[in-house]
Formats: sequence, C-alpha cells, structure tokens
Amino acid sequence: MFLVELRKLVTRPRTWVTIALLAGLPTLVAVLLRVTGVGPRPGQGPAFLSQVLNNGALFPAAALALVLPVFLPVAVAVLAGDSVAGEASTGTLRYLLVRPVGRTRLLVAKLAVTIVFVFLAVLVVAAVAFAVGAWLFGVKPLPSVSGQTIAAQDATWRTAVTVAYAAWSMLGVAAVALFASTVTDSPLAAALGALAALVTSQVLDLLDAAAAVKPYLPTHYWLAFVDLFRTPVLWHDVSRGFAVQAVYIAVFLGAAWANFATKDIKS
Amino acid sequence: MIRTEGLTKRFGGLVAVDGLDLEVHEGDLFGFLGPNGSGKTTTVRMLLGLVFATSGGIEVLGRPMPRAAREVLPQVGSLVEGPGFYPHLSGRANLALFDAAGPPGPAPNPPSPHPARPVPGPPEGERSRPRSWARTAVHSPRQRRRRIDDVLARVGLEGVGRRPVRAYSTGMRQRLGLAAALLRTPRLLVLDEPTNGLDPHGMREVRDLLVELAGNGTTVFLSSHLLAEIELVCTRAAIVDRGRLVAQDRVEALLGPTGRVLVTTPDIAVAADLAAALPGVRLGERRPDRLAVHLDGTAPEALNRRLVDGGVRVRELVVERPTLEDVFLRLTRGPGAAPRPDRPAGPPRQGRDPDVPG
Repeated sequence: MFLVELRKLVTRPRTWVTIALLAGLPTLVAVLLRVTGVGPRPGQGPAFLSQVLNNGALFPAAALALVLPVFLPVAVAVLAGDSVAGEASTGTLRYLLVRPVGRTRLLVAKLAVTIVFVFLAVLVVAAVAFAVGAWLFGVKPLPSVSGQTIAAQDATWRTAVTVAYAAWSMLGVAAVALFASTVTDSPLAAALGALAALVTSQVLDLLDAAAAVKPYLPTHYWLAFVDLFRTPVLWHDVSRGFAVQAVYIAVFLGAAWANFATKDIKS
Repeated sequence: MIRTEGLTKRFGGLVAVDGLDLEVHEGDLFGFLGPNGSGKTTTVRMLLGLVFATSGGIEVLGRPMPRAAREVLPQVGSLVEGPGFYPHLSGRANLALFDAAGPPGPAPNPPSPHPARPVPGPPEGERSRPRSWARTAVHSPRQRRRRIDDVLARVGLEGVGRRPVRAYSTGMRQRLGLAAALLRTPRLLVLDEPTNGLDPHGMREVRDLLVELAGNGTTVFLSSHLLAEIELVCTRAAIVDRGRLVAQDRVEALLGPTGRVLVTTPDIAVAADLAAALPGVRLGERRPDRLAVHLDGTAPEALNRRLVDGGVRVRELVVERPTLEDVFLRLTRGPGAAPRPDRPAGPPRQGRDPDVPG
C-alpha cells in the first residue's frame, strides 16, 4: 500500500510543482542578494541571511529558515490535508476501502508518504540552496553564530540535524492536517483547518499575554535550529522542540486514527 | 451469499435503515429497489463495511461483516454511488493502482466450481472466454496487465489508450467503474445504479453482461430505481421503503396475476352478460370493444370457454399482470408523501422460493 501511495505521490504533477516552488524562493533570494549586494544587517531579517553574502555554505540553513515559517507548512498542510479528504472527494476512498485496504493501513501509508514528501522537500531545498549558495557566494569554513569557525565535517552533521529538525517540525503540521483530513471530506477545509491552527499558534507566540502557553505552542521552537550553528551547540531549545512536536504528533495521529477507524464512509 | 438480520442504521435521529432482513442466494441476480432516500445506498455501504450498522447482523459469503472484511471483500466487486477515479491518470493506470492497493493473493476460500448454466443469448465463441477469467490467482505483473486488458475489453473500453480519466465521458467512467468491479473476478458483485449515465446501447450491454456473469455463477446484487432494468434481468428482488423491507420475492411472484382479465371482442354486450353469470365474477371497466373482468377464483380458461360456447367472437383474452412499476408504486410511498390509507398493514411479503427448503 505504501508503494501505491508513493506512486500516486510521484505521478502527481502537483508534488513536483510544490517542490520546485519551495526551492525557487531561496534561489530568488540568493540571486537578489548577489545582484544587489545588499544583505540584511546582522541581527535583522531571516536567520543567517546577513552572513550568506560572505559565505555560501550557510545558505542551506538560511534557505530552511526562509521557507520554514510559512511556505513549507502550507505545502505540508495542503498535502496532508488532501490525503484522506482528497480520496473522499474524488470518490476513490470507498473503492480503496472495499478493495480491501484496512483503514489503519491506509492511514499509515498516507502518513508515510507525507513523511517522504517532507524529507524530499527539505532535502531538495537544502541541496538546491547549497548549490546556489556555493555558486553565487562561494564556500568558506563556516563562521558560527557565536563567532568561532565550524569545521566542514562539523557543518555537515549540523546541517543534517537541521534537516531532521525541520522535517520533524513539519511532521507535527502533517499530523494536525491528517487529523483534519479524516474529519472532513473537503481537502480544502482540511488544509485550512491545519493552517488555522498554525496561524493561531504563531499569533499567540507573538503575544506577551500568552507567555504562559508559549513553550507549548507547536510553532514556538520551529526556528530553534539556529542554535545548532552555535559553538558549543545550544541543545536546550532544540530538544524542547523535538519533545513538543512529539506530543503533538502522537496526540493528533491518535485522534486521526480513532476518528477514521470508526467513521461511516459516506463519501 | 448475503443475509442481513434486523439490520438497522440510525444517523442521529434519522432511521435510514430499519430492521432489514435480506436474503440473497448464490447465483441470484438480485434486484434491490426503493424510492430515493429509502436507505438503499446506506444498506449497500453497510454490506461492504463502509458504514457501520447501529444494530443487526450482516453475513456476506457466509462470514460476518464487517469483522471478516479481509476475507470477504477480495471476493466482492462493487460499484457504489458512481465510480471514483484519480482524474489525472489513465483508466488503465487507475485499474493498476486499485489492483496493487489490495491484497495480492487469491481468495482464501476458492469457490466451488459452479454448475454450468445455459447462458441466454447467442452462443459465445471461444474467443470471449479468455484464460484469465478462470478463477485462478494471477498477480504477476504480466498477468495483472493482461487481466486489465481483458476487463477493459469486457466493458467495451479497449483502445481508450492513455487518455486521463478526466477526459472520459460519464458513460466511459461508468464502464471503467464496472471494469474495476470485475477486475478480481468476484464471486459477488454489488452494484449501485450501474447503468447511470449510459445511453440505451450501453445499458443493454451492461444488462447482457450481468446476465452473462450470473449465468457463469456470479451472484449479482443490483441496487437500482430503474424498474424496467430490474424487471428485465433480475431473478429475485426486494423492495424497501423508508428503510423497511416491504417485499422480497422472486420477480415472477412479485408480478403475479392481478386477478383481472381483459377481453377484447366486437360482441361486448353478450360477453358482459355471459361473464356476469359466472360465479364470483364482477365486471369492471367497459369500453366499446373491451371488457375488464374480475375473476374471483374462476379460471380464465373457464371464462374463455363460456364466451366461446356462447358465440362470442373473442379477439383477445389477456390475464393482466402488473408491471414492476405497478407493484413498486403500490408498495412504496414517495419521499415526503402522506401515508397511503389503502396500504395493507401487516408483515412484508416474503417469498416462498421453490428451490429453497423451508
């Protein structure tokens, strides 16, 4: 079933358009920076961007910081929101279930394919950003955010953990969207539901009055991977981020399963 | 093949299906009739494990549903409320996806060989019995491809090529839906409005296909509101109204004589006098050349003899039989209609099937 879902993912033009757009935004930013030579001043603008002009090796991290707050979650929410509700709206859900494909199995396959998409998207963004960064800005040993230099080998695992962290954060989004997708038969409503939850979280995160709940918001630690580029690495926020997402993932996947497994399929 | 006992489904306060007892035997071409909103589709969905019953039991192929869905459903082909496909893929790619999505293996209980029954219609040549229609487990990639070819040819979609389903007409989608239902050579076909969107030729082809399948031992459960369709092909039928079973019997029995005989003759006055003299006979509607006679126990042939002996020139004597439409309209109420006062109260009409013991 996983292979079938994978085939559906890769035969769908939408998948590749989304990934191309995701990789396109950082590329556009890089070209603009290169042409104008005007970078954000240090400490302003998206993370890392001020240093990118001097060193392209930092661009993958900068690119992830660019797409992570808005673009990537939207793509993931649309994909995961479409997973069950999309099948319902094309009328294919009932035919899959009577084929028969077990409901739990279907849900797991959908989730697995979403994970594949998230990793694919994050990796493509990182790889394209590295290529573009190296080409436009050249690669030097990384200066860490704290000032010291990071060795190339060191930079590799830091980037790898960054990719994993971003993917894990997106899995949280996917879990919420998947749950929404089992509730409604409209893929649009499911994606919007998940996005509404994220926007709410981001708004609360900016609000001082919500200080008490901030550490538990799903989006609060999204950009904590910046800490991975400090020496020594500041693990506190990153590990908190992993843990918070794990709770959201478990709760919403559980809810999605409980809802879908007992639902009357009337689509 | 299908048996339900007291099957009930409530959606909130609405009782969609109310204590339904269905019985479909192996080899039946079973018609499932009812007005819109009478619970037909909900019942079909419950049979397939898509909707969970509020109470009551379902057995399909002798196994409880939805508990035994994994064993039962691989042997069931279905079309529920119109076909569903991925619009950006070709028909062939769609069938391949559905084929690959489910369990690859053979049905766990291979069906016993069915007694060969005569297939109505012109004898089919050997060419129309492709090898893969034998009930064998075939799932190598080549066999899968061939099976898809066969099933597409069978519904008249050979040569649609690589066009995406998006570009199909309604009729073509309906055919593709049937192809998907037939793909695994099911023992039981559950079809909900299979001729929707087809032109008269297409309807005829589908009807012939169903009769042929039934002739080969496939049991067909056909839910429809096209009464003519059911009347033409089905051997047994059930009629539901507002979620309740109002009749279940062989189609012939449902269409039993009304007890009226229509006599056409130029000698209408003599005929009326002679008929009225028979015991228990009431005269009905009378036209210049036709007379309706209600026979109460009198055999139509006795009436005929009396008329002929009396010198009446009988041009035509017809034992009136209701159409399925008459039966349907008598037994059911349209949605929102007031209850019919003339509707006989009492238990639903249950058939005494000659070939079923008990």
